[in-house]
Amino acid sequence: MSSTILRTATRYMFPPLLVFSIYLLFRGHHFPGGGFVGGLFAGSAFSLYALAFSVSDARRILRSDPRDVTAAGLALALISGIPPLFSGHAYLTGTWWMLTLPSGVHLDIGTPLIFDIGVYFVVLGVVLTLVFALGEEQ
Amino acid sequence: MEIVLAIVVGTLYGCGLYLMMRRNLVQLIIGLALISHGANLLIFTAGGLRQGGAPILAEGDAAFAQIPADPLPQALILTAIVISFAVTAFALVLFLRTYQTVGTDDVDQLKETDT
Amino acid sequence: MTLLPALPILLPLCGAVFCMLLRTHLAAQKGVALLFSVLVLGASIGLLAQTRDGSVAVMNVGNWAAPYGITLAADMFSCVMLVLSGLLAVSVFIYACFDLDTERIRFGFFPLSLILLMGVNGAFVTGDLFNLYVWFEVLLTASFILLALGGEQPQLEGSIKYVTLNLLSSALFLAGIGILYGMAGTLNMAELAHVVQQGDRGGLVTMVAVMFMMAFGIKAGMFPLYFWLPASYPTPPAAVTALFSGLLTKVGAYSMIRVFTLIFITDPDFLHVLILTGAGLTMVSGVLAAAAQYEMRKILAVHIVSQIGYVIMGLGLFTPLALTGTIIYLIHIIIVKTNLFLVAGAIRRIKGTYDLHELGGLYKERPGLSVLFIISAMSLAGVPPLSGFFAKFTLILAGLNRGAWVIVAVALGVSLLTLYSMVKIWTYVFWKPAPEPLPDRITASGGKWLAFLSPMIAFTLLAVGLGIFAGPVFDYAQTAADQLMNSDAYIQAVLGGG
Repeated sequence: MSSTILRTATRYMFPPLLVFSIYLLFRGHHFPGGGFVGGLFAGSAFSLYALAFSVSDARRILRSDPRDVTAAGLALALISGIPPLFSGHAYLTGTWWMLTLPSGVHLDIGTPLIFDIGVYFVVLGVVLTLVFALGEEQ
Repeated sequence: MEIVLAIVVGTLYGCGLYLMMRRNLVQLIIGLALISHGANLLIFTAGGLRQGGAPILAEGDAAFAQIPADPLPQALILTAIVISFAVTAFALVLFLRTYQTVGTDDVDQLKETDT
Repeated sequence: MTLLPALPILLPLCGAVFCMLLRTHLAAQKGVALLFSVLVLGASIGLLAQTRDGSVAVMNVGNWAAPYGITLAADMFSCVMLVLSGLLAVSVFIYACFDLDTERIRFGFFPLSLILLMGVNGAFVTGDLFNLYVWFEVLLTASFILLALGGEQPQLEGSIKYVTLNLLSSALFLAGIGILYGMAGTLNMAELAHVVQQGDRGGLVTMVAVMFMMAFGIKAGMFPLYFWLPASYPTPPAAVTALFSGLLTKVGAYSMIRVFTLIFITDPDFLHVLILTGAGLTMVSGVLAAAAQYEMRKILAVHIVSQIGYVIMGLGLFTPLALTGTIIYLIHIIIVKTNLFLVAGAIRRIKGTYDLHELGGLYKERPGLSVLFIISAMSLAGVPPLSGFFAKFTLILAGLNRGAWVIVAVALGVSLLTLYSMVKIWTYVFWKPAPEPLPDRITASGGKWLAFLSPMIAFTLLAVGLGIFAGPVFDYAQTAADQLMNSDAYIQAVLGGG
């Protein structure tokens, strides 16, 4: 497709879409959102880019192969289950660390968040693997 | 409300099965998608249609102020939707590749393995 | 709290992740896949040792107590299946390292097989019906891609039939789960068993049970729902077919056994008789369809259907002895059938064809390979003292005890026809002089060839060993069957704190 309107719009839309996908990811613990929908959102941002320009352009701005993204996400999700084992709990039990930054801001980092980031990458990777495969058929 | 949903579920299943029995690959995949929607809606209906509050305890409360809605069927459906999304996407790629290799989208022509 | 019940699921996933990251390093992938399959086998054996006294290993993932959380529960039957699937994975991977084309390995044979293994193991240890559905989808998705990998025309056509019918079965399964949840308010299998046995819900339970029977029947390849199997199984390379034959249909059979010994035991006069009828028809139709084939791999694939009939027959009879027979039969069939597929693949590797008419004279050329084949083939037919004899003997004895004459007659007749099919392969491929001499396509000798044959040698020894040490195997299977028949201990173990 070579529509100037779509291409120009995509150039402007692409960064905010990715930022919004990350916002959805971090919002997910207490509100609607999470890794799945965030990953889907990021995936549709890249799909839009592939539609407006070409699949090879989308691959180029993703920088790594979507299958690597999937593998990294799976690894992250797997690792997120390990910390509770050290404190004698079952695999995947939610574990939290409270951090206080020098500026006085409290930050709760937990294994569910790491799991969610893993899900984000898995969904992004799988969606893009399929979309790129379909796109390159043409 | 149950009756309306039951009719919708039945219609989805009926349309899905009808489309699956057509000879066209695209209609086959739409039929499969409709049947999985029917199954999801069936879980939703069978899980009980109750009006109620969100199943989240307010901070400090020991019990729910009003009877909460059952969140589990929705969690099940969400999982099932995700799965059927992935499988349908895969099936699309598979059907496209078959169409390109065999050169037809007519299910009746896929006779290579019928012996 | 121990991690052991989760290891057969987590280890294949770890292996798959490593394989995916090593996408371009094919040799490293082989090593990683082999290493992790050996680890899975080790973890399964550990679990088997832990449960051998009849206890149930329970683990609540994420520390959410049953019946609210995700429960993994492994009893003796689950552990046997886990060990078998681990064994199968190790041997198929060894085989694939030598035989599979680089193209398929590049497209992800190893990560996909490991994910398939994860799904299968997950189905074996899960204690929750909805999770069973999820594991089914995991293993199905992996199997879809494995089946279509390579993209040859028969493969794609077989895949379409396989994908369509299996998706339909999943939708049925899901609908059954929905109705069951509406009825019982839980999907934890132990609590479901408890709830269903308490109340008198009559027809609704039976109807849901039939939905489950159809869903698992499609996956297991039961009459009259097996049409996808002969269309799809013979199309991929031997390594994939061996993996499928050993794991996929067996997961269907396992789930059917699990559900119909734990939850749906309220109406055995109708349900289990229906299963028994299906079992008889499955055996007959499978073996008759195989008799008409003249391609080695197709004969073996169609025979899977008839073997599933025997497995389900034990469930249909529904006595402790019959279930003992079913468990022994499952052990026997996974080992022997996989071996037959691998040997057929080895023959094809040498001669380049599966066609009975073109092959011939292999007994003279390759006596070693012939011995590997004939032992497994005779075991499949049930010739004493090999593993198949004791499995069939136990099943038939159980049938006689129940006075189920028809099914016993059918089982014996089908056994004879199985012998006919196996003798047909033997005569055509090994005895008959080759119509035109087919030159060897590879140099099939030396240490590398022996390493390639090692899984087949191991399986053949196992098939003989299962016959010689039938006593201990029988005792073990009997304890496992008793555990299945008396589900109270299982329910107690899952719900009582774990």
